[in-house]
Amino acid sequence: MQRDPRDLIRYTPSERLNHWIVGISFILLGLSGLALFHPAFWPFTLLFGGGTWTRIIHPYLGVLMALAYVIMLIRFTRLNLMTATDWQWIRRVREMVDGDDHNMPEQGKYNGGQKILFWLLFWCMLLLILSGIPLWRTWFSFPVEWVRLAAVIHSGSAAVMIGLIMVHVYAAIWTKGTIRAMWYGTVTRAWAKQHHRAWYKEATKEG
Amino acid sequence: MALQSLDIAARSATTTPSPSARQGFEVAKLIDISKCIGCKACQVACMEWNDLRDEVGINHGVYDNPMDLTDQSWTVMRFSEVEPNGHLEWLIRKDGCMHCADPGCLKACPAPGAIVKYGNGIVDFNQENCIGCGYCITGCPFNIPRIAQKDGKAYKCTLCSDRVAVGLEPACVKTCPTGAITYGAKDDMVNHAAMRVRDLNERGFAQAGLYDPPGVGGTHVMYVLQHADQPGLYANLPQDPQIDPLVSVWKGITKPLAIAAFAAVSLAGLFHYITKGPNEVSKETEKEVE
Ligand code: HEM
Ligand code: SF4
Ligand code: SF4
Repeated sequence: MQRDPRDLIRYTPSERLNHWIVGISFILLGLSGLALFHPAFWPFTLLFGGGTWTRIIHPYLGVLMALAYVIMLIRFTRLNLMTATDWQWIRRVREMVDGDDHNMPEQGKYNGGQKILFWLLFWCMLLLILSGIPLWRTWFSFPVEWVRLAAVIHSGSAAVMIGLIMVHVYAAIWTKGTIRAMWYGTVTRAWAKQHHRAWYKEATKEG
Repeated sequence: MALQSLDIAARSATTTPSPSARQGFEVAKLIDISKCIGCKACQVACMEWNDLRDEVGINHGVYDNPMDLTDQSWTVMRFSEVEPNGHLEWLIRKDGCMHCADPGCLKACPAPGAIVKYGNGIVDFNQENCIGCGYCITGCPFNIPRIAQKDGKAYKCTLCSDRVAVGLEPACVKTCPTGAITYGAKDDMVNHAAMRVRDLNERGFAQAGLYDPPGVGGTHVMYVLQHADQPGLYANLPQDPQIDPLVSVWKGITKPLAIAAFAAVSLAGLFHYITKGPNEVSKETEKEVE
């Protein structure tokens, strides 16, 4: 991997740390949650020291993730507000998926797809956090009707969000030169120009 | 604990058949509310046989004691003073697990083998497999299971599965001084109940009947009620109990569908990658920024 002094900084160390805390706790939440979701995933309880530990740990990981997520939300929401160009990008998303980005409109730091994903993840996260509370019998005692509704919402939004995160991870693998932005925070100028031209122009204009 | 001599008709969080080679028959406990005098001998027998000792509470000014089921009180007498036909009646219902044929607790439980339904119809919790999530409480239409503070495990009436397995009747049945609780093959109990209902009809209880709610596939603990048309009179016994539709949605077909969706997304990613190739920076762009 080349590291050029001319590389552009995309994420600060504290932003990366923030994202990793959310990401790792999400994966652990997903594994521990899925273990209880369906018997096919029960073996995941072995990763957490058995079924009882899985049940105990899951909600505390949830609290950690929720706190880290709120900070991430404050940091990134402004950058993810949809603009007219983003909608144009969305309308051409087929071409993008086909691997042809020649006609895609110029994108800022995030493209329309990333922004839509941001908002879908936001709603899933909100539902998961809110519905997780009534399920947490160690600390809370809600009327059983609420708990039943919470169970449906929690497992449903978890399934949707796990699917969305799979898409998120795949997009990072598919677009070469992206993952390093989360490792050490920089991307090459060529990467920026190709995928986020408007951001590239802004990030390089002082020179 | 698993009882070797009992077949297992259903097992929580298990997708393959459970051991069921033996030929058994369904059992039931019949509680005739018209014969109950509220002496609580059954509560005591339950504590004795199962080695349970609830905390000594305070007097709430009513006969109910303790006030609710707990991990140490698997059965409690619920006293209701009602006036269904304009004159006072004192209805006393022995509350506890109904041993549903279609148990919501078992349906909801995520831990393999923590809840089993034996071939004879008894629904039993195996605490050594229980993870303490409380999903059984969420699934139960009768609000029965309780999680213990001490060990975080769920407990409820076992219908004395350990006694039944060796041919004894449940402890509460054995002790009941008025014969209000009887135990035997489910068919026999249904017949016995029919006789009791006829007797009550003759004594002026036109609406007397058997409580064996079909919404949960019938139960293996049944009541003879003087007012079978108004089960709510008996400390809010549900009129038409069934597994809540939300629990069915939560535990139903949506889960296999979700798993299929995960598989589809993963495969779509793989095929996309091997058909379209990676999204790389083009050579021109690389030259432009040199
Ligand atoms: C603040 C966040 C969260 C809290 C408080 C929370 C809490 C809970 C609780 C209390 C349970 C019941 C089992 C247990 O006690 O361990 C549960 C189950 C579950 N959680 Fe979470 N959770 C949170 C976030 C998440 C996230 C982000 C995911 C997805 C990756 C997730 C996926 C699941 C799943 C799949 C189940 C099993 C549901 C079922 O049995 O159908 N949870 N959660
Ligand atoms: S009454 Fe509740 S705890 Fe008992 S078998 Fe039915 S669902 Fe399970
Ligand atoms: S508390 Fe125990 S018995 Fe009840 S659903 Fe959870 S694992 Fe099953």
